[in-house]
Amino acid sequence: MSTEKSNKLFEAALVKDALKQSFVKLNPKIMLRNPVMFTVEIGTAVMLGVCIWIATGEKAQGSFIYNFSIFLVLFLTVLFANFAEAIAEARGKAQADSLRKTREETPAKKLVAGKIEIVSSALLRKGDVFVCETGDMIPNDGEIIEGIATIDESAITGESAPVIRESGGDKSSVTGGTKVLSDKIKVRVTTEPGESFLDKMIALVEGASRQKTPNEIALTILLASFTLIFLIVCVTLKPFADYANTPITVSALVSLYVCLIPTTIGGLLSAIGIAGMDRALRANVITKSGKAVETAGDLDTLLLDKTGTITIGNRKATNFWPANGVDPKAFIDACVLSSLADETPEGKSIIELANISKDTFKIDGAVFIEFTAETRCSGIDLVSGLRIRKGASDSIRKIAEKAGNSFPEETLEQVKKISSNGGTPLVVSQNEQILGVVELQDIIKPGIQERFERLRKMGVKTVMVTGDNPLTAKFIAEKAGVDDFIAEAKPEDKMNYIKLEQQGGKLVAMMGDGTNDAPALAQADVGVAMNSGTQAAKEAGNMVDLDNDPTKLIEIVEIGKQLLMTRGTLTTFSIANDVAKYFAIVPALFIVSIPGLQALNIMYLKSAESAILSAVIFNAIIIPILIPLALRGVAYKPIGASALLRRNLLIYGIGGVIAPFVGIKLLDMIVGLWF
Amino acid sequence: MNSELLGVIVTFLLTVLLAYPLGGYIAKVYCGERTILDFMKPVERLIFRISGINPAEGMNWKQFLKAMLTINMLWFVYAFFMFLLQGHLPLNPDANPDMTPDLSFNSAISFITNTNWQNYSGETGVTYLTQLFVITFLQFVSAATGIACLVAMFNGLKHKTTENLGNFWQILTVTVTRILLPISIVIAVLLAFNGTPASYDGKDTYIGLQGDTVQVSRGPAAGMIAIKHLGTNGGGWYNANSAHPLENPNYFTNMMEVIAQVLIPMSLLFALGFYIKRRKFANVIFGIMTLGMLCLVIPTIITEIHGNPEITRMGISQATGAMEGKEVRFGPAASGYWSIVTTIISTGSVNSMHDSSMALSGLMQLLGMLVNGFYGGCGVGFLNYFIYIIIAVFISGLMVGRTPEFMGHKVEAREVKIAALVTLLSAFIIKGGLAIACYTLLHYSNADWAFKPSGWLNNAGFHGFSEMMYAVTSANANNGSAFAGLTGNNIFWNVLLGVAIILGRYLPIIGPIAIIGLMAKKKYVPDSAGTLKVDSITFGAMTFGVILIITALSYFPPLVLGPIAEYLSMHH
Amino acid sequence: MKKHLIPSLILTIVFVVICSGLYPLLIAGISKFAPGGGKGETLLVNGKVVGYANIGQKFTLDKYFWSRPSAVGYNAAGSGGSNKGPSDSAYLKQVQANIDTFMVHNPTITKLDIPADMVTASGSGLDPDISVQGALVQVNRIAKVRNLAPEQVLALVNAHVEKPLLGLFGPAKINVLKLNIALDELKK
Repeated sequence: MSTEKSNKLFEAALVKDALKQSFVKLNPKIMLRNPVMFTVEIGTAVMLGVCIWIATGEKAQGSFIYNFSIFLVLFLTVLFANFAEAIAEARGKAQADSLRKTREETPAKKLVAGKIEIVSSALLRKGDVFVCETGDMIPNDGEIIEGIATIDESAITGESAPVIRESGGDKSSVTGGTKVLSDKIKVRVTTEPGESFLDKMIALVEGASRQKTPNEIALTILLASFTLIFLIVCVTLKPFADYANTPITVSALVSLYVCLIPTTIGGLLSAIGIAGMDRALRANVITKSGKAVETAGDLDTLLLDKTGTITIGNRKATNFWPANGVDPKAFIDACVLSSLADETPEGKSIIELANISKDTFKIDGAVFIEFTAETRCSGIDLVSGLRIRKGASDSIRKIAEKAGNSFPEETLEQVKKISSNGGTPLVVSQNEQILGVVELQDIIKPGIQERFERLRKMGVKTVMVTGDNPLTAKFIAEKAGVDDFIAEAKPEDKMNYIKLEQQGGKLVAMMGDGTNDAPALAQADVGVAMNSGTQAAKEAGNMVDLDNDPTKLIEIVEIGKQLLMTRGTLTTFSIANDVAKYFAIVPALFIVSIPGLQALNIMYLKSAESAILSAVIFNAIIIPILIPLALRGVAYKPIGASALLRRNLLIYGIGGVIAPFVGIKLLDMIVGLWF
Repeated sequence: MNSELLGVIVTFLLTVLLAYPLGGYIAKVYCGERTILDFMKPVERLIFRISGINPAEGMNWKQFLKAMLTINMLWFVYAFFMFLLQGHLPLNPDANPDMTPDLSFNSAISFITNTNWQNYSGETGVTYLTQLFVITFLQFVSAATGIACLVAMFNGLKHKTTENLGNFWQILTVTVTRILLPISIVIAVLLAFNGTPASYDGKDTYIGLQGDTVQVSRGPAAGMIAIKHLGTNGGGWYNANSAHPLENPNYFTNMMEVIAQVLIPMSLLFALGFYIKRRKFANVIFGIMTLGMLCLVIPTIITEIHGNPEITRMGISQATGAMEGKEVRFGPAASGYWSIVTTIISTGSVNSMHDSSMALSGLMQLLGMLVNGFYGGCGVGFLNYFIYIIIAVFISGLMVGRTPEFMGHKVEAREVKIAALVTLLSAFIIKGGLAIACYTLLHYSNADWAFKPSGWLNNAGFHGFSEMMYAVTSANANNGSAFAGLTGNNIFWNVLLGVAIILGRYLPIIGPIAIIGLMAKKKYVPDSAGTLKVDSITFGAMTFGVILIITALSYFPPLVLGPIAEYLSMHH
Repeated sequence: MKKHLIPSLILTIVFVVICSGLYPLLIAGISKFAPGGGKGETLLVNGKVVGYANIGQKFTLDKYFWSRPSAVGYNAAGSGGSNKGPSDSAYLKQVQANIDTFMVHNPTITKLDIPADMVTASGSGLDPDISVQGALVQVNRIAKVRNLAPEQVLALVNAHVEKPLLGLFGPAKINVLKLNIALDELKK
């Protein structure tokens, strides 16, 4: 993960751009998308009208300076809200721009009727084939149909180590904007121009194609209804005041209205949404929609492949156990010999463990015996007549017993022991004589247990998918701390498991990279495809992890939760603020005609004008103060829902009641100098 | 004074003691399990047969509401014409006249909606026929309507995924035969034996000890008074309601009546726990509602016991507390307790005149009606509280970083929209209505109505404002109690309050039923460690906070201009 | 709609019969066995009805214990309170007048002896009771007007104090009509 990417919230260039945008966004047509702030804009316009009215001779509305101050503060409120949205967009845009730069006008070597033709990458269509050689920039997303190459993907992943991509299999996809470091590949384009993942992501983070998520829509409705309630409060206040024989100025009514409606959350709402997508991108995850991020926050079940996710790569040899009377050195040599031609990771790990150079062995003219499903063993026949076999204990045993040799007791015991420890025993024989057993073990990734524990506390159940037999699977599952496992898994097992969970009402996520994962990725509520995976997998999922890190989902879940939490807590904060604002403004409105209401002026604000002005100023400046929180998100702690609610209620609920009392009082001490 | 406080405490404890087992019984009735009143079964079967109802036929939420609204409409037409023509109909020994069309409209609306706002006085405005065949009848069925709608919600919550909310007519019928009628008979008999009239005789005339010739209104009142409380209706037989010595003759009947009005709302909460097998959920809600009630009751009783500070200044003894509008046999403590119970429960019967309560008590009574969900009226109380729950679920769901869900069903835009609309509606009716009243009073003070706006208010200043606010609040909350100094029997108030009552009744029923209907259809989501537990005290406190904040924010300004200004000016 | 209308109509008729016909008749029948036979309990003097036990009566003559002020003049053809708010100036003047009148008729007492219930109107306007203190402050006046020993009147008052329910719940009180009937009988 590239944490070194700019984490500074306010970069000068971004701020400048955002400032400009905050004025552009004053256009009522754009404002209308945010009903809460739109009404503030109307209030600002009304105040401008009042100022003009006073300038032309109206006396009953208070001084011009006072009214103009109110107008200015309201205007600032709108600008602040626009700025919050603009800065979030600018940050996303900056990210997107750096990505976009990598791929602007890359020349593509398009293959037309067997000949190479240089065209602009923008002209590549889905199904076209192009060629990339050492040093070439890959012009578009595609799938390798021929060749193998090392590719530098640092432009999009930030990871400097090159990766290998080859045709066929699960590592055949390449991304536009990455660079071929060596070799030559033929690639078929898989997306239309403008529809590649990068394009989609750029559009998303720029906010252009950002659609409101269901939760955001629901919240907007709630906020709109609060706004309406307060509109009713203010409109009806006029006849109430008439009854009480109290004149109320326009500025007081508008101020009360703006202070009461949830401008804080209203102004920050879209910034929060954009920032959530942005955070996902910073975690090197491309999401196809904001909804997917929110859904991630609700996940109940997570399906993970064992290999590469829970364990490091494949099984590794960890021990050589020679049989009684067998020279350990000779046994190790035999093991190495049998593995010389074995290109499987297990075979390689045996040589690694033995720590003997391949060159010490003379194997000219030797015959390698390939592993087959039938024999379930592999080996080597040397020119010297030595026959070494390595394989599953029962198949080697058969070979030995067929030749009349016995299977040593201690080896049998060792085999059982290894199996029950979750390992895989490989028995080695030489000329049908049992030499001993090699122990292969899965190595569980360090720190993985803590990560699963964290997921469990979030309420996410982890399920390990493996081809191992149930016994081994169970052992590893327990050791890694996953909640459930699917052993001897066939591709359709994943699908069935997901469907079963979903029938129970659960939200399921799965990580995958292979083409045979595609249906399950599509079925899952959140499908995270590895960027190294096949195009089919990437199409099927709704997120792509550029780092190919399967535990990335933890970050995604947290980002999803943060997104919701930030909205919830700021809503609470915004509404809780109103209590203090009432205590500032309502006594100010009526204190002249109803002296008894002085008792409600619990903040001892200096004058009615000072009280109202302080309240609107507080209401305005709280927006920029909270922008950093909106962009970073409220910290998520997996401490259980009730504890989390208590914590957030305490901070943002009670805090939201108290903060404005303090803030308004302080402001009043300053504003009171003039009013 | 101690015996007065003790009386209040014991009254409340007795209520809980009776409500808990009754809740169990009610759950059994709706589950169709065996109960001691199974001998009613043949009667019910007969009712279903002649009405052509198949009690086993389920209804989805739309059908359920349609059935409910249809029969309510029918009752409105029936009640309207009965009131309009009552002077020409039999059973009218006191020769009381017809109602005017606007009063008929207001009264018909008022009784079909369980509101029981009375713009007439019981002694002279209605006949025995309408008291029994319209009012008593509607007091039974309007309460049963509210309960039936709550049972629909029970059904929606009980099953993981369902469209069937039960059969409205079946629930309505057994609510009357198994719950309301049997308990009413017990209460009515106890009332009759304590001095409440129950015969059909008309007014009596006699010469008193001092030689004055006076009359006494009587009538078959006991039965109506029983259901008026049990069904949280509140409409009195006499003008003075339960302050009237025949309607509420002594401290025992007072305890019984005040227990009777809380009994069903409270036991329905426990029934919810039994019915959907989530007792803790119900208990936490009970706790929160009780807390809400105490927050209102305690200041009220204290301020009433301390008496009117203006009268203290005149130099007389306030040992008996504030007694204006109160009866000696109840005293300030029991009167204060009743005034809060009747306002939080939407009964609206009174044993003292709320208009003469202390300013702080008036504030508490208004708050009780503005919240309208601490226990609340028969059935509708929990439906109102449910709206607060939905908003609390939504906000707190976001706060814990999970798409909000309630009992395994996601709460999404549609549900939030309905809940927000219902909340909005109350604010709109109450403040809109009040604004219209203020405007009319100021600008059309001599309008040619039965009572001119200039003569509406019995009190000047802040208290006059409170009188109007109380009226619209009471109408919206379907409460029916009044700051009775307001002269409400003219076309303006009859229509304004009538409309407020209709909106305040049906939308807050339709809303929650629609929400539960929509939610129950959704896929069931089992709990996980990340799920917010709605039966936790934390969530209960959150709901309480939502109620507090919404109520305070929506109504702070008018409350300041009414009771708060009066209070502060009196204690200035 | 029609599917709903027919069952609604029949159910309505059924419930009108049950709730409005049978139910009140049943209660009326049972109440025949109650004191007063379901018509209200009356008090007799010399075989003549002089009032209802539960309904207050106006007593303004000095020789009787006074009842509380009433907004309906104790005419039980109607009922109701003053509906005056606690801060209303006209109302406060009325209370002040009540206090002054009470002081004029009971010159031996101090203002602090007057309990609030004797100068404020009840909710029903038909309150049959006064507080114990409300009776005690009138003892001297009654004794003087009726030429009785104050102790004798005091004893009568004490005999008529109705204790709280079960001696535990609610206020103590005195039924004015019953007390005054007893007072009249005392004279004989």
